[in-house]
Amino acid sequence: MSEVVSIFVTVGVLAALLAFFLLLQMNRKVNNEGKPTGHKYDGIEELDNPLPAWWYWVFVASIIYGLGYLAYYPGLGNFAGLSGWTSVGQLEEDEQNADERYGPMFAKYMNTPIAELSTLPAANKMGQRIFASNCTVCHGATAKGGFGFPNLTDGEWIWGNDDEQLKSTILNGRMAVMPPWGEVLGDKGVAEVSEYVLQLAGRTDADPALAAEGEKHFGTYCAVCHGPQAKGQTMFGAPNLTNERWLYGNSRLNIQDTVRNGRSGQMPAFEQKLGPEKAHIVAAYVRSLQPGSAK
Amino acid sequence: MNDIIEKNLGLMLVLILLAVSFGGIIEIIPLMSQKVVTEPIKGLKPLTPLQLEGRDIYIREGCNVCHSQMIRPLRSEVERYGHYTVAGELVYNHPFLWGSKRTGPDLARVGGLYSDDWHRAHLYDPRSVVPESNMPGFPWLFESAIDLEVLPLKLAALQTLGVPYTDEDIVNATVGIEDKTEADAVVSYLQQLGLIIKERR
Repeated sequence: MSEVVSIFVTVGVLAALLAFFLLLQMNRKVNNEGKPTGHKYDGIEELDNPLPAWWYWVFVASIIYGLGYLAYYPGLGNFAGLSGWTSVGQLEEDEQNADERYGPMFAKYMNTPIAELSTLPAANKMGQRIFASNCTVCHGATAKGGFGFPNLTDGEWIWGNDDEQLKSTILNGRMAVMPPWGEVLGDKGVAEVSEYVLQLAGRTDADPALAAEGEKHFGTYCAVCHGPQAKGQTMFGAPNLTNERWLYGNSRLNIQDTVRNGRSGQMPAFEQKLGPEKAHIVAAYVRSLQPGSAK
Repeated sequence: MNDIIEKNLGLMLVLILLAVSFGGIIEIIPLMSQKVVTEPIKGLKPLTPLQLEGRDIYIREGCNVCHSQMIRPLRSEVERYGHYTVAGELVYNHPFLWGSKRTGPDLARVGGLYSDDWHRAHLYDPRSVVPESNMPGFPWLFESAIDLEVLPLKLAALQTLGVPYTDEDIVNATVGIEDKTEADAVVSYLQQLGLIIKERR
């Protein structure tokens, strides 16, 4: 703040404290012990006795405490106080203390490969807590996902499962883009492709005649991302279509909806929120959730 | 003197006001002269019309009653929500939405934390994505269109309060958002909250 305002605040605060003190002294000098104030109602009379001594000294002590506080902490305009205290400074000190305490722990885990880390109970306990605070809102408390949010326990990796791919998914997020095909294929085409997709997944209720037609469309439009064998490609985040795992529902209507209108799943980036150390630990935790993992 | 003041209500009122405003002047005037409070931080832009509509729905539905938008400079909060809130982020907030109660989590930096799809599912039925949530659902937002007639007036009102909307902004307020629902507006408002300060602490 400007010098003028600073002086205004300083003088104002100190003048107020001085005024309190003078008022207190003025009242103390008047000795009206036992004299009436003139307030008399229902036979009860108020006397003008001076303040009890303990009360007076509490006031004096408060004023002295106030002066001490203003000297130690910021309060008088631009004067930073003898302690130099700021709320941000206190935060930084707390963070530094936390770094000293937890830093070595994170550093140790950071140097442990994810595959090994995922077998350590202590690391997984930390990972589970990080997961619970950050990931469960979408992937669920049991990490089994939901409609539009991938199941992380089924061994299916839409964006790849090597260490780098897994960490990149967590730190940088992912944007999946399945374009809408309704206008290109028309209603008939959508129905045909959907039957073929059902057939790919091994569903016995798929209509073979429609599916045969759908296979042709699939080769033209879908194989680019999902691959000619429909096994998916992690590069595009295009899921494997040859199993019974469905991100957007497994009914005929769900699948037709996906083909017609497309899907755009998004995994937000967690680099700002977690930082590399916690992302490493939570990646190991996710690894530990896989079927056949050591856990 | 005690007698006179006690028996003249008007005089007592004037003296009380004087005493209270003395404290107010000492506490409030310095804030008004501090640049850190009055100047926007680098990169701060006023809300787009759709986001502004979302903010008004946020207020209408009382979101600020359960969600604060103010991260205090305490380690536990910074750890959970991100960089503490600074005054310069909020200079275009009329009114501010700090809130004082956290039945739900703080939303000051919720922008980009979840996908749009998640927000839509969560607004429609919070328990569909977070089973233990006690937030009410807001399904009607998905059926009501935003109010296109009042929107330009809202921008104009904020312009008079010093938010840097241009006259062109006001004329074109509803361009391109004619078919948006209230849910779209709320999601677009939430997704921009706190994005300017990205550094992790």
